[in-house]
Amino acid sequence: MDGPANVDASLAEIMTPFVGLTGGLISALRAIHAEYGFLPPESEAVASGLFNLSQAEIKGVISFYSDFRRRPAGRTIVRLCAAEACQAVGARALERDLALRFALGPGETSASGDLTFRRVFCLGLCSAGPAAMVDGRLMARASSEKITAAIDNAALEQK
Amino acid sequence: MTPPGIIFVSLDSVAVALGADEIAAAFADRGLKIVRTGSRGMHWLEPLVEIEISGVRHGFGPIGLDDVPDIVHALANGADCKKSLGPVEAMPFFKNQTRLIFKRCGIVSPTSLTDYRSLGGLAGLSAALKMTVPEICEEIAASGLRGRGGAGFPAAIKWRAVAAAESEQKYVVCNADEGDSGTFADRMIMEGDPFLLLEGMMIAGRAVGATKGFIYLRSEYPIAARVLQEAIDVAYRAGLLGENAMGSGGRFEIDLFIGAGAYICGEETSLLNSLEGKRGEVRVKPPLPALEGLFGKPTLVHNVLSLCAVPHIIENGARDYAAIGVGKSTGSMPFQLSGDVKYAGLFETPFGLTLRDLVERIGGGTRSGRPIRAIQIGGPLGAYLPPSLFDVAIDYEALAAIGAGVGHGGIVVFNDSVDLAEQARYAFEFCAEESCGKCTPCRIGAVRGVEVIDRIRAGDDHARNMQVLSDLCELMVDGSLCAMGGMTPIPVESAIRHFPEDFAFPPKRRKIAASEHAS
Repeated sequence: MDGPANVDASLAEIMTPFVGLTGGLISALRAIHAEYGFLPPESEAVASGLFNLSQAEIKGVISFYSDFRRRPAGRTIVRLCAAEACQAVGARALERDLALRFALGPGETSASGDLTFRRVFCLGLCSAGPAAMVDGRLMARASSEKITAAIDNAALEQK
Repeated sequence: MTPPGIIFVSLDSVAVALGADEIAAAFADRGLKIVRTGSRGMHWLEPLVEIEISGVRHGFGPIGLDDVPDIVHALANGADCKKSLGPVEAMPFFKNQTRLIFKRCGIVSPTSLTDYRSLGGLAGLSAALKMTVPEICEEIAASGLRGRGGAGFPAAIKWRAVAAAESEQKYVVCNADEGDSGTFADRMIMEGDPFLLLEGMMIAGRAVGATKGFIYLRSEYPIAARVLQEAIDVAYRAGLLGENAMGSGGRFEIDLFIGAGAYICGEETSLLNSLEGKRGEVRVKPPLPALEGLFGKPTLVHNVLSLCAVPHIIENGARDYAAIGVGKSTGSMPFQLSGDVKYAGLFETPFGLTLRDLVERIGGGTRSGRPIRAIQIGGPLGAYLPPSLFDVAIDYEALAAIGAGVGHGGIVVFNDSVDLAEQARYAFEFCAEESCGKCTPCRIGAVRGVEVIDRIRAGDDHARNMQVLSDLCELMVDGSLCAMGGMTPIPVESAIRHFPEDFAFPPKRRKIAASEHAS
């Protein structure tokens, strides 16, 4: 069902409403990301056709923004704030702790595909750090225990 | 006591991140009516719930799920409850503020236009509709309002330039790409009182002759995105936006645009490129965005707080606003306290308080109980300052005199476990990560900066590398295209100046064991 032509058609269907809008390319790529969780390789050629831009320009935009991934992420994504206000309340130690616990460095995805661990620079929860986001859910005063519990919860919800 | 009708629970990101949604659901399960509001800014008390008793909001917090039955029981029986805080607005942290921008935040239902109007909303716009275009610009000039995004540039200069520019299309762009660590005022006002921002943009649009506004919001703020979009939809349905906006005879539209994760897009020219759907690389100035901005058209670009200050100024008059604050730093500033500080949150006050007032008297010192060693003021590109400088008053000029800046009003408190050489290294690391790559001093300098600090910390040719670091900073300040490369040396050099012992080899400070670090 997911043959190349179908993927192209589906990508085009998602992106077409954004053609001609201000900043439409970025919004279109965000919409694909929301649907697929990453940008399938075909996105570049399809966007190139729709937005009348070279594939190099599309690649340039994709690679500029940290939200865009070219490969699928793990089933659960943990984002941990690495910025100053969270550093001041132990974010560095928390990052080391999680890296050890899950044997994953920032930016890595586990071999099983269960978990992606990402650094983020500020979630705006500076007054109650360390801040984290587990599968889109905000967490303030994060700890290894709270994050581990949230990962377990997310895994249960996926079943 | 009559049973309370409504439980107010914040929908602010901090409250939600501490469990406010679950708390609201638990009260709703017990048959109580819930109204979600913004946050009062007393984040150490979140999740904070409020109940109206004899017309006065009483606070309870911080609330866990365990406290819910207790509160419900106490309310039903008129008994006291251990989480009771009394009337929220009588609490010292709240009472001692001058809330011009945040006056409705935490009180109103954010997307209720009725609530907004009932507490003075749209009075600024009504006043603006009775004024001529030059009168609005002159009112902004007389208020002394300076851009709250970080640069502190006089707002009226931009307004006059855009107003005077001749073009069939002009834009108002709100910079809501609040990426500085330690700042969350934009997020709070967008989540708690979004109509204020829309009103500010409408007044600005009228003053400069723009018919279209954009809000560029960072993607890390999903709750703000949801609330803002709902507010925009409500404003269109009510005829505030669209053709014949607010009966003015003129058209004004606002679109919300969500970024895709790039700190540099908080720089105005980078933001404009991103809004055009391109890579967020900075543009060479001139031309200034006021003359050639979005799609080459005259564009007024302002931070959220700058635009949110506008309705108050127009409603109450420039003289009233200019009377608040000190010297050339007029009006109020929502300061944001974060890091290792006991009473973390948002405190809106006129300029002129000292750092000590904010950090010690209002902030209550550290949350951990350890001594304060440093603060960073003004975000990742702001200076690190030691307690010996805390008696400096906070205004643009006084801070500039000690090599610091107000920035966006963020103050991050660090205890004595902080290693300033590590923080200086991070400043470069962050710059390397977030540089747009357009200019060499920033793109290459940030990477070299990390390497040089690593050598310094390893004691490798120490004296020479300290000189290299100093030269590198000078080059980045002089040669970078924008503030990212040009201001990264500020945290680095302030750390060296005020905390030289951390850059010595071996470091002269007592090594603090990892187990002693605040967690």
